[in-house]
Amino acid sequence: MIFNLINRKIFTLLKVQYSNMLEYRVEIALWAISGIIPFFMLNIWTNNNLYESINFSEVMLSRYFLCAFFVRQFSVVWVVFSFEEDSLMGKVSPYLIQPLNPFFRYFAQHLAEQITRFPFALIIAFFFFIFNPESIWIPNLDILLLSIVSTFLSFLIQFLIQSIIACLCFWTEKASSIERLLFIPTLFLSGLLAPVVSFPAYVKSWIYLTPFPYLIDFPANLLSGNETNISGGLGMQILWIFLLFPLFKKIWSEGTKKYTAMGS
Amino acid sequence: MNLRKYLKVYKKFLHTSLASELEYKTNMLVDLITAILSLIGSIFLLSIFFQNNGYIGGWKFEQALIIQGIYTILNGITNTWFNPNLTEIVKHIREGTLDFVLLKPIDSQFFISLKKINPSGFLEIMLGFFLLFFCIRINQINLSLSFLTLSLITISCSICILYSLWFFISTTTIWFVKTWNAIEVLRSFLYIGRFPLNSFSFSLRIIFSIFIPLAFITTIPSEVFLGLSQSWKILLEVIVASVFLITSRKFWLFALKFYSSASS
Repeated sequence: MIFNLINRKIFTLLKVQYSNMLEYRVEIALWAISGIIPFFMLNIWTNNNLYESINFSEVMLSRYFLCAFFVRQFSVVWVVFSFEEDSLMGKVSPYLIQPLNPFFRYFAQHLAEQITRFPFALIIAFFFFIFNPESIWIPNLDILLLSIVSTFLSFLIQFLIQSIIACLCFWTEKASSIERLLFIPTLFLSGLLAPVVSFPAYVKSWIYLTPFPYLIDFPANLLSGNETNISGGLGMQILWIFLLFPLFKKIWSEGTKKYTAMGS
Repeated sequence: MNLRKYLKVYKKFLHTSLASELEYKTNMLVDLITAILSLIGSIFLLSIFFQNNGYIGGWKFEQALIIQGIYTILNGITNTWFNPNLTEIVKHIREGTLDFVLLKPIDSQFFISLKKINPSGFLEIMLGFFLLFFCIRINQINLSLSFLTLSLITISCSICILYSLWFFISTTTIWFVKTWNAIEVLRSFLYIGRFPLNSFSFSLRIIFSIFIPLAFITTIPSEVFLGLSQSWKILLEVIVASVFLITSRKFWLFALKFYSSASS
């Protein structure tokens, strides 16, 4: 019975958010387009024959960047910006009264956005294959399933990190600038602009201990069929989720105690 | 007389927006760290490209650093003036407050483009200048009067083009209401300005010199720094910049005819 209730809640939330997102199709298409930086990076790599020095074939590199684009598309998180706005406008107060953690609402929003985004990402991939027909490949089913799981885990890690930052809104008014700060290492170290194998040794020695390579590099390598340590990567992703989740719960319970609605 | 009035008004703008921004002092510190990290990140990315190659698109590492310096200055200018002001247009139009702007006895484009200022961008501009001075030393560039005037002219042209692009996209809000994603798309394209244009394939080079004039924004000023630029290129940049400025002005006046306030 309890399970049924949760199930219904999730279903309703998703349905509401999906129809909400469908209204802003153009907006989401533009978001999808703004994620094409990996393709520009690929262009620099192939146009200057940089792939030779890192033992990547040209085809594998183009698959890698396509997968990096896909993983990024389905792990974009913006919860801190929504939460900051809601918290400044005082919209969080009614959410807090409801018997449902408001972050479920944002979570459903993100999932619904990903469903809406999916066709646009496919269209962009289609154009990519028209220009690079030699890089077409079909991953086997288990690899595909595993990479979907790892992309979702990467999304979860980023969602948790941003939710923790979003909870700082209870103390400060501009939590989003901290997110912008954290976005910089995510951008350069996650493998979105260059695969982690190409990094110099002094970075590679410590980077695998941070969550960054598991956000894009690991799922993209998995999906594109490059060599990766599958169990190690998934293990690290799950470990980070287990580390971040209690932290989020702690900061949420501290923050809600601190919360005073705007204007009081 | 008229100019004096505008200067006086601008002084008031500076005063009010500085006063409100300086309330968030830690925020400025966070923004400074973000700017420094993002510069370090892009130099790190460049160093990956250069780790086994002496040249990328005909540019040496020391020369490519000049582009980074110019990009950082322009990005700082974007963060100081364009970003806080032009994203505000969207809000003005959605909430109907553009009415109040239009009713004021002052040019609406002036008001909208210069009302706010974000002082943390200054630090980024300074950072860019430091990098440029460093580049002048390591590239052994002789400072002469003609060099200084030419680089000043080209950089101010870049600023004009950049401003026009931002203003142009923000103006389309009058028809589409929610265009801040289009600004995101512009941002992601501008990101390419960090790299020498010659490192891209021919077709992308065409796109980046005609549709999105990135070639004019960072590459030509950097060529001027290295003393490589022909005079026709500089002349072309001046022409492009004035065409962009005039068109964006005309487009704003044209768009205003379609403005019908909120809920009407």
